[in-house]
Amino acid sequence: MDILIYGTINSIALALMALGFALVYGISRVPNFAHGAIYVLSGFITWTFLRSFGLNYAISILLTMVVIGALGAALYQFVLIRVRGMAISEIIASYAIGLAILEGLRWGGFKGMSYTLPVFVEGSISIGGIPVDFQRIMVVGIGVLIVVALWLFTHYTRIGLALRGMAQDERAALMLGIDSDLMAVVAMAIGAMLAGLAGILLLPLGNIVVESGYNVLILAIAVCIVGGLGSWMGAVMAAFLIGFAQILTVVYLGSHYQMVVAFLAIIFTLILKPSGLFGMQKELEERV
Amino acid sequence: MANSEQRRRERLDRGIKVRADGLYALMSWRELAYLTIPRLVLIVGMLILPFAMPGMYWQRVVTIVCIYALLALSFDFLAHYLGLVCLGGAFFVGTGGYIAAILNTSFGLPPLVTIPVATLIGAVICTILLLPCLPLRGVYFAIVTLMYPLVLARIIEALDILGGTDGIIGVDSFANRWVEQYFVIAVVLLFLFGIRRLVNLDIGLVFRAVMDNDQAVRASGMNISFYKAIAVFIASALGCLGGACLIHIYMWAGISLFALDFSILPIAATVIGGAGTLVGPVLGCIILVPISELLREFGTLRIVFYSLILVGFVVFRSEGIMVYGERKYHQFQRWVKV
Repeated sequence: MDILIYGTINSIALALMALGFALVYGISRVPNFAHGAIYVLSGFITWTFLRSFGLNYAISILLTMVVIGALGAALYQFVLIRVRGMAISEIIASYAIGLAILEGLRWGGFKGMSYTLPVFVEGSISIGGIPVDFQRIMVVGIGVLIVVALWLFTHYTRIGLALRGMAQDERAALMLGIDSDLMAVVAMAIGAMLAGLAGILLLPLGNIVVESGYNVLILAIAVCIVGGLGSWMGAVMAAFLIGFAQILTVVYLGSHYQMVVAFLAIIFTLILKPSGLFGMQKELEERV
Repeated sequence: MANSEQRRRERLDRGIKVRADGLYALMSWRELAYLTIPRLVLIVGMLILPFAMPGMYWQRVVTIVCIYALLALSFDFLAHYLGLVCLGGAFFVGTGGYIAAILNTSFGLPPLVTIPVATLIGAVICTILLLPCLPLRGVYFAIVTLMYPLVLARIIEALDILGGTDGIIGVDSFANRWVEQYFVIAVVLLFLFGIRRLVNLDIGLVFRAVMDNDQAVRASGMNISFYKAIAVFIASALGCLGGACLIHIYMWAGISLFALDFSILPIAATVIGGAGTLVGPVLGCIILVPISELLREFGTLRIVFYSLILVGFVVFRSEGIMVYGERKYHQFQRWVKV
């Protein structure tokens, strides 16, 4: 029973981490290696608004989302757009930005026990005899809400439809009058906000540490590869697969192996079915 | 018509370059000098570098420069001749370093044996571990190489194997610091000219074809994964060699072999020095590593510094020093009327 509950929570947490990466890659084909950095950065920005400026928690979260979204858009508009299509440069540029953010935060002294975000609501309830605190319930609730909202957004709004159109065929989208550069900026902003939201939701469960930026990046990429790069629903499915696999290994083997699960998942997916569970790319394009 | 006086820049090869390209180079001292002086400047410059350094500390920096130069060569070779972006130079360093340390401390082999053996075994291990992502296009290679150093460091830390967080201590050092310096300098020069030769052989042509048009290579009946595996073997051998030298210099192998510096500095050096020139990355290291030593007191701010330089160069000045220098050396430019 606890495997079921904690597996579900872990899976939804993974899905939250991965959605931003999947969205950006799916739409503009830019692998955003700064994803983990944005996740951690949003935690620190919220902390700064909350503690240094003494703002209300809800207001600081809202402000953080605005800042992070603007940051994502700026990142694309001023840096990534110039190297778009050059695979080597895209990877190096986004990775270097991520490193600069993370190591800059580490240098700035953002480490130690004092950097914690408060949980949204105190207390816990018992489900089937297992105590689950409200923050984890919130993670599940908001996570499901975000997945549904994202689905509705991409199926029923003009911008969402334009984004999907670009993801499917950029040239055709251009011919129909969709500004692909603008849409890529929007996608990057949404992706950054999703990463930020994941950070704000998940970071209250522990300390804010810089290292988690690298872990989140690896987990997000693992989920995206298993689900198929560029496929959002695949990412959600894969999050459940990896999430339960992680909880099972923690229960039966020990928590040391948690990171290895994500890694093995990637390796096996690449060997067996490189396009992932629900890969939108055709297998021929992926394999040489 | 005020704008009729439009001019543009025209670039032409220097006469001496054109002559030196052919057999004429063997017939005149001028052309011989034109061809050999740049190479001699590099070789002689590298060889007298240890003497030019004031004191032990900067001589140690020379060896570190050479180790980073090996890594940068390996990155440049993979990225610009195979199209595989390796974000984890630290993976190669760590593998080579740990193997050399085990061979030295557990089996008592001297450095002259452990370094070549660790290079070969390490390269085989790295190639096997990277095999799953070789038949694929796209970002998979970058992702997997990014992950290996992080995951391996985590595994060593968590399982407390190979000395855990303390690392393996008591590794033998080189006979003295002159042996140490000239060994790494010789290795760098050897591999630099070796790889320059390699990429102009037939197999180098296949490597470049894999980068430019893999379907054409496949249509010619060649196995792409096989060629990629050979290239990854060569590149990881370079990295493992660097790692094996490094642990004999520091007399210690630990988790810091998987540190980010080994991944990001070679990339920055390549981008600054000139992508795809092979000499450029070595020059980039000669410039960047001393700067990074001067910035040592700033700790992780150094990584921020390289990253920002890297972004700046990738986005705004992607040609690098060496490409610029070659153009100036081989060509002159003049304004012509349109």
